[in-house]
Amino acid sequence: MQHCKGLPASGGIAIGKAWVYRPQRIKVPRHPVEDSEQEWQRLQHAFACARTQLQELAARAQTAAGKEEAAIFAAHQLFLEDAELLAAVQHLIQDEHLNAEAAVADSFEHYAEMLLALEDTYFQARAQDVRDVKQRVLRLLSGKENDVPILSAAAIVIAEDLTPSDTIQFDRCNILGICTVRGGPTSHTVILARALGVPAVVSAPLDLSKIAEGAMVVLDGDSGEVIVGATPETIAQARQRADSWQQQRAVELAASHQPALTRDGHQVEVVANVGSLEDAQQALAMGAEGIGLLRTEFLYLNRCQLPAENEQVEIYRRIFEVMAGRPVVVRTLDIGGDKPAPYLHIQTESNPFLGWRAIRMMSERPDILINQLSALLIAAAKTTTDLRIMLPLVSCLGEVKQAKTLFDQAASVLREQGYQLPEVQFGIMIEVPSAALLASHFALQVDFFSIGTNDLTQYTLAVDRTNERVASLASPYHPAVLKLIAETIRAAHAHGKWVGMCGEFAGDPMAAPLLLGLGLDEFSMAPASIPTVKQAIRRWRWDECKQIAQIALGFATAAAVRTYLQGVVRSS
Amino acid sequence: MPSTLLTVTHSAGLHARPAAEFVKTAGAYPCQITVRNVTDDKPAVNAKSILSVLTLGVNQGYQIEISAEGESAAAALQALTDLIANNFGE
Repeated sequence: MQHCKGLPASGGIAIGKAWVYRPQRIKVPRHPVEDSEQEWQRLQHAFACARTQLQELAARAQTAAGKEEAAIFAAHQLFLEDAELLAAVQHLIQDEHLNAEAAVADSFEHYAEMLLALEDTYFQARAQDVRDVKQRVLRLLSGKENDVPILSAAAIVIAEDLTPSDTIQFDRCNILGICTVRGGPTSHTVILARALGVPAVVSAPLDLSKIAEGAMVVLDGDSGEVIVGATPETIAQARQRADSWQQQRAVELAASHQPALTRDGHQVEVVANVGSLEDAQQALAMGAEGIGLLRTEFLYLNRCQLPAENEQVEIYRRIFEVMAGRPVVVRTLDIGGDKPAPYLHIQTESNPFLGWRAIRMMSERPDILINQLSALLIAAAKTTTDLRIMLPLVSCLGEVKQAKTLFDQAASVLREQGYQLPEVQFGIMIEVPSAALLASHFALQVDFFSIGTNDLTQYTLAVDRTNERVASLASPYHPAVLKLIAETIRAAHAHGKWVGMCGEFAGDPMAAPLLLGLGLDEFSMAPASIPTVKQAIRRWRWDECKQIAQIALGFATAAAVRTYLQGVVRSS
Repeated sequence: MPSTLLTVTHSAGLHARPAAEFVKTAGAYPCQITVRNVTDDKPAVNAKSILSVLTLGVNQGYQIEISAEGESAAAALQALTDLIANNFGE
């Protein structure tokens, strides 16, 4: 049995036999040709056949998936008409007397490699499309175009990687799920899988050589979990899960774009935690009313220097535009000794979670924060977004005052440059117990709080949640954590400020009545959880939630709180 | 050689449909047309080649320079400028 976790790419649970897709590796012959004119004719014929095939695939994609998916194959046709590419192929054949196969391989590969060298993952992903077209032409030249393995019975397709052509050629009725060892979440294959409604997992570390044809597979496109060679018990459990998941999910999805109202009409905001443009798009599809946490670390990791201001503006603006006027809470850089950012010169610390990280870098490196704040303001000025800026890991009041000074500085510089800046809310994360306990003082300085329950739990209970031996002690249901949450919300409301929550706790449907009862205004979570939590909120009356919260606060242990909540959820 | 500097405002940059539209428009004119990624300072490429345009890696907000030479050069520049100014018809 192989059990692994890849990246979730298209939601749903698939159960079925494994069908390992091993496309014929086409050997590219390489030799000089005497009659280069005839070779050129042979190539043009192959290109013409490829264009016909692509027209058929585009029509098929249009019916099976949609207009956008059909455009993938229309773009492939454009590659075949590319004057530069044709000139390169022609030169290799007619002037260098190279055979058509080698000329095609070299010319396409030149562009694929140039695309892979670009920084943007969107452009990099197009290398796969170029190679897909290359393979098509090579198959036609080899005369083996029908040697493609055929999926003739319902199965889960497992492959090293899949091209869009591979994916669309499978019979939709026979394809239960897709699992690839490589591939990222922005590939065209993933877009097709989503459009076809096929559960998919990518970047799954499986050893294909060890998979027996017909082995039973359980694939979870929401968690990324894949089990190959599943036992009958595992399958039975998964099947039950799949059935009830589908029923429940259908109900949730049908109402995911409706507001989250309790039965007695109390409304809360349900928003998403995102870290990329794709996440933001998915969040909207899942019914997010905004972004409650935009993580910005991805801009700073895996590179050699700080990101330039215009690069940041660009990325923020794309996300803001997609969110079209909805609120977007952006967390400023939250990075420390546990992450690779060599240019920040973070020393090895024995305790990085208590070290020089996040807002604490501000005194030594104010430039980083000023740069980020400026980029955010410019991006907001260029769009209609309702920008809210949030500082991470605040533990004392001085940090808020200092950050606001930097914010005012950045804003006045931009105004001098002629920017019309929008109103921006300024808030902090509550994830250190000192900030929660002094929330009434912080509330005077900010427009909102967002409670980060993962770190608040870790710092309150002194538990490293990445340490498996003690991780079970880290529960946000611990009454000590709940009291800090309660105090944060009480203090904020006393000063007329709103409170959100962007830790995993907010996405836990069992916690919904408790958090509603404590008065939480905004719930922010992974996009896929939004429909579930909205539905969970609709089950309750706000007045009964307030009682539930008061009772929960009185228990002495996390286990007692959980048992109590399980009881009320079951009997509701 | 007539040329013009433009900023690509479409959210996809010169990628996907905008790239295809750009190349299609350029292809409709007999003159030689090149496009250059000014923001990243990359050498100019044939504006009628979709693969070359993609390898420029032009994102939203990037500045590009389009140059044209030969028959209908001015008309070609105008058509491409309009295409970008109209956000590719969206």
